[in-house]
Parts: sequence; C-alpha cells; structure tokens
Amino acid sequence: MNKFSLLMSAAAISTIVLPTATFADGTVEVLHWWTSGGEAKAVGELKSSFEAQGGTWIDSPIAGGGGDAAMTALRARVVAGNPPTAVQLKGPGIQEWAIEGSLNDVDDVAKAENWDAVLPPVLAAIMKYEGKYVAAPVNIHRVDWIWANPEVLAKVGVTEVPTNWDEFNAVADKLLAAGITPLAHGGQPWQDATVFEVVALGIGGADFYRDALVNLDQAALASDTMVKTFDQLRKLRGYVDQGFSGRDWNLATAMIMNGQAAFQIMGDWAKGEFLAAGKAPGKDFLCAPAPGGAFVLNSDSFTFFKVEGEDQLKGQQVLASLIMSPGFQETFNLAKGSIPARTDVALDKFDSCAVKSHEDLTAAIAANSLVPSMAHEMAVSRTVRGEIMDVVTNFFNSNMSSADGVQALASAVKRVQ
Amino acid sequence: MTNAGTPRVALERFLDRWLPQIVVSPLFAASLVFVYAFIAWTIYISFTKSGVMPNYTLVGLAQYERVWSTPRWYVALQNLFVFTGLFIAGCMIIGVLLAILLDQRIRLEGAIRTIYLYPMALSFIVTGTAWKWILNPTLGIEKLVQGWGFRDFSFDWLVDPQMAIYTVVIAGVWQSSGYVMALFLAGLRSVDDEIIRAAAIDGAGPVRTYATIILPMIRPVFLSSIIILAHLAIKSFDLVVALTGGGPGYATDMPATFMYAFAFQRSELGTAAASAVMMLMTVMAIMVPYLYSEIRGSAK
Amino acid sequence: MSQAQSGIVRRQGPRQIALRILLFAVLGLFCLYYLIPLAVMISTSLKSLDEIRTGSLISLPHEISLDAWSKAWSSACVGVRCTGLEPYMWNSFLMVVPAVLISTFLGAINGYALTKWRFPGANVIFALMLFGAFIPFQIVLLPMARTLGYFGLAGSVYGLVFVHTVYGLAFTTLFFRNFFVSVSDGIVQAAKIDGAGFFPIFFKLMLPMALPTIVVSVIWQFTQIWNDFLFGIAFTVGDSNPVTVALNNIVATSTGVKEYNVDMAAAIIAGLPTLLVYVLAGSYFVRGLSAGAVKG
Repeated sequence: MNKFSLLMSAAAISTIVLPTATFADGTVEVLHWWTSGGEAKAVGELKSSFEAQGGTWIDSPIAGGGGDAAMTALRARVVAGNPPTAVQLKGPGIQEWAIEGSLNDVDDVAKAENWDAVLPPVLAAIMKYEGKYVAAPVNIHRVDWIWANPEVLAKVGVTEVPTNWDEFNAVADKLLAAGITPLAHGGQPWQDATVFEVVALGIGGADFYRDALVNLDQAALASDTMVKTFDQLRKLRGYVDQGFSGRDWNLATAMIMNGQAAFQIMGDWAKGEFLAAGKAPGKDFLCAPAPGGAFVLNSDSFTFFKVEGEDQLKGQQVLASLIMSPGFQETFNLAKGSIPARTDVALDKFDSCAVKSHEDLTAAIAANSLVPSMAHEMAVSRTVRGEIMDVVTNFFNSNMSSADGVQALASAVKRVQ
Repeated sequence: MTNAGTPRVALERFLDRWLPQIVVSPLFAASLVFVYAFIAWTIYISFTKSGVMPNYTLVGLAQYERVWSTPRWYVALQNLFVFTGLFIAGCMIIGVLLAILLDQRIRLEGAIRTIYLYPMALSFIVTGTAWKWILNPTLGIEKLVQGWGFRDFSFDWLVDPQMAIYTVVIAGVWQSSGYVMALFLAGLRSVDDEIIRAAAIDGAGPVRTYATIILPMIRPVFLSSIIILAHLAIKSFDLVVALTGGGPGYATDMPATFMYAFAFQRSELGTAAASAVMMLMTVMAIMVPYLYSEIRGSAK
Repeated sequence: MSQAQSGIVRRQGPRQIALRILLFAVLGLFCLYYLIPLAVMISTSLKSLDEIRTGSLISLPHEISLDAWSKAWSSACVGVRCTGLEPYMWNSFLMVVPAVLISTFLGAINGYALTKWRFPGANVIFALMLFGAFIPFQIVLLPMARTLGYFGLAGSVYGLVFVHTVYGLAFTTLFFRNFFVSVSDGIVQAAKIDGAGFFPIFFKLMLPMALPTIVVSVIWQFTQIWNDFLFGIAFTVGDSNPVTVALNNIVATSTGVKEYNVDMAAAIIAGLPTLLVYVLAGSYFVRGLSAGAVKG
C-alpha cells in the first residue's frame, strides 16, 4: 500500500516539471509525422521561423503508416485532456475533430490576413468549421501524376508519356515484351487506392470522380464506368513486378530512377525523391498529368487543438500566421516538392513540374475540375476511405472480377453511410 | 506483557490477521479498475455510436452487425484460426524437440540455448525490416537461391495473398519457439533422475523413455506453454504490422489489427470496441478453463 | 538434478556417434534459422549505402564501416532533432528500471501473500488478477489515457511507469505465486511459531529463496517494457519518448532516401539492452523457470 501511494504521489508531483514552461512569445507543441528527408527539413524551416519570432517549439514526431501511429497518440492525448497545440491533420478529419469540440479557431488571423482571397475555395472549405478557420494549409500536392524514365521509354521507341489509358496499355505491353517492368508500384493499401482514383479520373472524368468518390453516389459507384475502372486496374496489376507487395513508394520511385521500371503513378512528393537524387525534370525523368484533364488535390495542413493558457493560444496565432506567410510557403514547398497552398506566391524558384502543376491548378479551379483526393483523406471520412481502400486493395491483390469488385465497392460504401 | 502493552498486542494481532489482505487489496483494486472496469467500458462503447471519440449514445447491436457484415472481419477470423493453430503447433514441436536435444549433455549448451532464446528479447519493431527483406522475393531468399543457379526456385509467399499468413507463422514461430524450448528444458531438468535411471534399467530406449515416461510427467508444462502461446497468438499485433502491414490487400489481417485499424485509423471506436469484445470472449473461452484448473489444482 | 546426469543418449558406439552427429546437425540447422535475421541486420549495418543499393541484401559486406552505427547513436534525425538514439535510450532506462523493480517487488509480495498467508478468496483473487495478463492492450489505451489525464500523469515518464507496473503485475504475480506454491508451508509455519511477522518472513526468508524467480520476473518485465511501443506513443510526448518510438521514427519514415544501414544499426542498438539481458542472464532464466515458474 505504502509503495503504491508513494508512487502515485511522487508521480503526481513530478508532472509539474513537464516541458511547458512559459515564454512570452508563444509555445507550440507540434505533433507530426514528417520525420525524414525533405519533409523533416521542411518542418525544420517552420521550427526555425517560429523560434526566430521568440517562440518555443516542442517537437513531437511520430512516424509510421502515413500518420496512423500519430493518430493513435492524438486520440490518447485528447482523451487525457492534454492535446498538442497543433497537429498535422487534414481533410474531413479536421471536421471530425471539430464536431467533437476539440479544436480552437484561428479566424482572427485568417480574417486579418484575408486567407479567403488567396486559397482555392475547395481547400478553404476543408480548413473551416462553421465558417471559421481551424486549420492552416502548408501546401498543395497533385496526386494525378505519371512519372517516367525517358531512357527506358526510348528502348521501345516511345518519347512521350501516354495521355489516355489505352495508349498506356499499348506502351506497357511493348515494355513487357521487351522484358521491362512497365509500372513501379508499392502494394500498400494507400498506394493501391492512389492508383485507383487516378484511373477512375482518367476513365470517367472529373464529374464521375466527384459523384463516385466524393459524393458517394450509389449509381456512380455501381456504374459501367466503375467496371471499366476496375478493368483497367486489373490490367495495371499485370504490369507490376513480383516484389511489389508492401514496398514503400519511394523504393518504387527509385526503380524509375535506376531504370528498372518505366512508369510510376504517384503524387508529386515523388518529385522530391528525384530532385534529392540530383535528377533533372524533363531530362532524367518526365512528369506528366495522368489522363483525365483534371487536378486531384491533396494538401497537408496543421490543425489547432483546444489548448489553454495564454502562452499556447498565442503560439497558435503566431504559427497560423507563419504557415500562411508567402515566404514560408515558398521555402517549405521547395523542400517538400509540392506547390504553395496560396495561389499568389511567385514560382520563380520552382521547377518545371511545379509550374505545370500550378497552371493546371488555376485552370482546374476555373473549369470546376479540381477534385479532392479520396486516397489521401481529402474527400471522404476516414471511415469511408478505409472501406473503399479495403475493397480496392483486396481487388488488386486477388483474382476478383471487375463486376464483383464494383459490387463490393457499392455495398461497402452503403454499409458505412 | 504489561498492561501498557495491550493495545500494541491488539494492533499486532490485528495486523497479523489482516496484513496479507491489506497488502493484496490495493493491487487487486488496481486490477479491478485497470482491467475489469476498462473491459466494462469497452463493452459499453461497443453498444454506442462512438466515432472519432467516445460517444455515449446507445445504438443497440448496430456495431456488432457492422462487424459481422464486413468481409475483412471474416478474413481476420480465419487468419486467427490458421495462425493460432500453426503457431502453437510449430512452437510446441520445435520447442519440445530442441529441449530434448539440448538435454543430452551437449557441449556449448549455454551458447546454443542463448541463440534459441534471443528472438524473444527483440520486438518486431526491431526485427521486422530484416524479416521483410528475407521473405521478399526480389530481395531475399528467392533472389539468393536463384543467384546460386537454381533459376526455377520460387519463394514468394510474402506477396501471395493465399500464402502470406504462413510467412507470419514462420516469423512468429521464430520468435516464440525458443521460449517454449526454455520452458520444456526447465521442465526436463526438474524430472527426478532416479526415474530416468529406472527406465534405462528396464531397457526402455531414449525415444520410449521420453514419449511414455518423461513427457507425461511434465504435462503441466504443455498446458502453460499452450496457454502462453494462445494468448500471444490472439494478441499478435506487432508481428503482423511489421511483417506484412496486414497485406497483401488485407490477406493477413488479424482481429488485433482489425480492431486497431478501426479504432485509430478509421475513427470508428464503436465498431472497434465490438470487435474487441469478441476478441475478449475468445480469450476468456481459453483462459477460464485454465484458470479454473489452476485454482482447483492448487487448492488440493 | 544436475545436467551431467540427465542425458539419456549415453552409451558409446558407432551408432551413438552417428546419433550424436545427427543431433549436432539438427541443433546447428536451428541455430541458422534463429540467427539469419540478426545476421542480416548486422551485415547490413556494416555496409555502405552504395553497397546495399547494388548488392544483395543478404550477402556479406565487402568493406566494414561503422559509420552507420555512430550515426544511429548520435546524429540520426528523429523529426527535427538530430540527436540519434542516445537520449531516447536514457528515457527508456529511466522508465524501465523503476517499472521493472516496482512490478517485480509488488508481484513478489503479492504472490507471497496469496500463497503463504492463504486467506479465503485468495485463489479467486489470483485468477481474476491473472486475467489481466491476457487483455489486448489496444483496448485499454483510451480509458487509460483518461485515467492518466485525470491524475495529471499524461505525457510523462511517470505515467508510463505506472501503466507498465499495473499491467506487468499480472505476470509477476503469476511467476512468484507459482514459485511460492512449491515452497513448503512448514518453513513459514516454523517462522511464525518463532514469532516472525508477515514482512520479516518475506524479506528475510522468502525473498532470498526466490532469487531465481526474481531473475525470471526481471528478465520478462525488462523485455516486455523495453519493447513496448503502443503505450510509448500514446502516453509520452516528443522529448520523453522511449527508444522504440524513436526507432520507429527513424525506420518507418515514408519519404526521403532510406538509409538501411543506419536503420539496421539503430534497430540493433535499440535491441541491445534486452539482448544483453538474455545473453548474460539466460542460464538463470532456465534455472528460474525450473524453480517453479513453469509449474501450474
């Protein structure tokens, strides 16, 4: 008994000595999963800018599973009444936490700096809850890219990245015949889902994509267009190499660099890998928008949790303002491979792929063909995304017929609505 | 004793009578709260519509219906049975075999035993990557053996949805069979040598001596090993996550990973709680008879 | 009891020698099975990144380099802090040592009270406590978080020590209870007649006898707690993360150039303390198990 209560009281006393000492210019504890390479460097930029303004930055990185481990920690922290100041959290996930009343808004900063005018409307809507900004976006990633190795393509007499899936299949068949792996792919559910949504966009266009994967319309989910999407997915399964299962995406990107494979379907974080390896766009690798003539949007953001105390509240305001400053948006995105979330930042320092991305973004906003990514948690709740990913990844890794796959998809989505 | 000492004596008597209970009760209370109250909480949550955070609105059996209508749950259950069966069988066979072999007055026994035991010391967070490489067809054993000139050699279980669960078994047996070996070795060492000598005088060969005399004598070791292995199998989480991440597809999903995915990746605490309750029921089905025999065994 | 007498294959002769060779062959094959993953990790950690990229992962290193090891220890980046694993190793030690000692001590006294001072209901209490060893830890995460938050222990090493003590108790109690059950009641009775009380009997008589079981309990708890990852990510904050979380942050990153040699060196470093415990105390482990922990 003695020992036990001793432990309790000793522990209770010692918690007072946690790293939450007060500083005049704000403290933030940031939970994120950017722990390596360009991403860690990008967070480092944020940290040093924040500290340059006199603030204190407490870093809480938790890598793994695209943030799954970090989400586990986040839930435990919120339940314990000890949430981080800011969390790398995105898409409808922001709304889920906002509904629980777990978030603080930074609308004062947003109003003063007029965020509405500089963010794409689709993105701004995701950052807001009940009309108030509760999160700040750091970047825009484009998901629907095809990356290619021009040298490998040249071996079968191809110089351009195909612009529709039939062409793609024709080139891939040629590559197969020449003994080259046409598609570098990593068999992880989110990568399967990435390929799936890019194919759906190419087969059905932006409207179909929106009906099926954003509005979850049963008619669209069970349509012939979806059957065709699954048919194409089945074809792509035939174009990957044997060791794809469980491979990390950056290893797939390395296969393109080393000439072991011709294409990769992946968002523009892949570009960061190419650039880090000293490859030049247009020469060592090609970037081309995937078929569909649209823009699949992915964006990372920091969400502000309900913390108390002058110090941390101040920290949230400072951090929000800092994230949205043009200077930070430029340095961060140069490090990360994405483009600024603000549409008004000059792209002089960015490479040709990024410039192309920005042009297409502007065009897509005008043509209403900017769609949020399902695979990257921008379009639907994590629940629905999980169910869709289960179906897609199961289809991709089995001999299921396209008709059965579509059936499974429609009923999985129905089940969770 | 003087009169002044009487209260002290009374206190001592009181302490003598109650001290064991006083010592045990806070620990027991802790287990009531941190095990049973938490289980009760989980059961309650499984009847609510909890999503991203706990929510106390009751929805009846909806979460259970949801679990049982999810194809992935059936895969997880099937994997649990396949894995548990093979894992226990594999660990027991290898563990018993190695214990008997090591019991033969082997030189280097200490070193060999340490080699067999060390996987237990490492978590799959540590060894997972190495296993992934070894089993990966384009990096590991398959490539190596093909490199030796056996072009037709194929070992691609890790990427084959039908076979991937068996790679999980291989790695699981690797980790735990040494522990079973240690348990049995300890059991064998505690068998009285007189009995062995008597058997030898009767002319029983080594195989018969072990099969009919020694192993039956250490029957309790079988029981505790199987219980320990069964609970490792049901709780196996790190293993699956580190080795296959549940893939290819969700071919190697298990109830523990299913529950984790729903609770923390998908923000469906209610559904996760329902699957957790079913896991707990499985654990109880195994544990209650064991605990019952444990109590009866020591009460005699 | 000594191992010299317990062998059964003992007669000499050609057949026995053949059996002996077979015996060693089988034992050797299993050594390979158990050693391959560790060998892959060690050999990879000694290679340069170029060699890993070009060669087979399983092949031996051409040139041995310890750069990866020093990087993993002192300069690998975990998030924005490039401190290597070193500070996190200390975090883990600070957490593991008290948690192991407290849970072992409490398990010992618990097992002693439940067996040598058997009171009505002692067995039921034991059975109920033992069940705690078998609950999946994922389900206790959120209620535990709430509890720790309530006591102001969330996000601290003390909270983690507390959690590990609570959930380790079931195992340590099991170990000690099974040991004390096998100790003759007569010893305790004699001591009681001599006037010794509950605590003197425990400290002077029982605890010294239970040394092998203490070793088993310490090894078991040390391994379990050191290797824990789930509680580590849920209940600690950045700087106070245990080494498993830091290792995960180094190894499980999704982007950037993967430095496999550093990953592997980091993994070995993180596993080294438990490995050492097994190597150094392994023989006590088996002895302790045979002293009672396997019975029941």
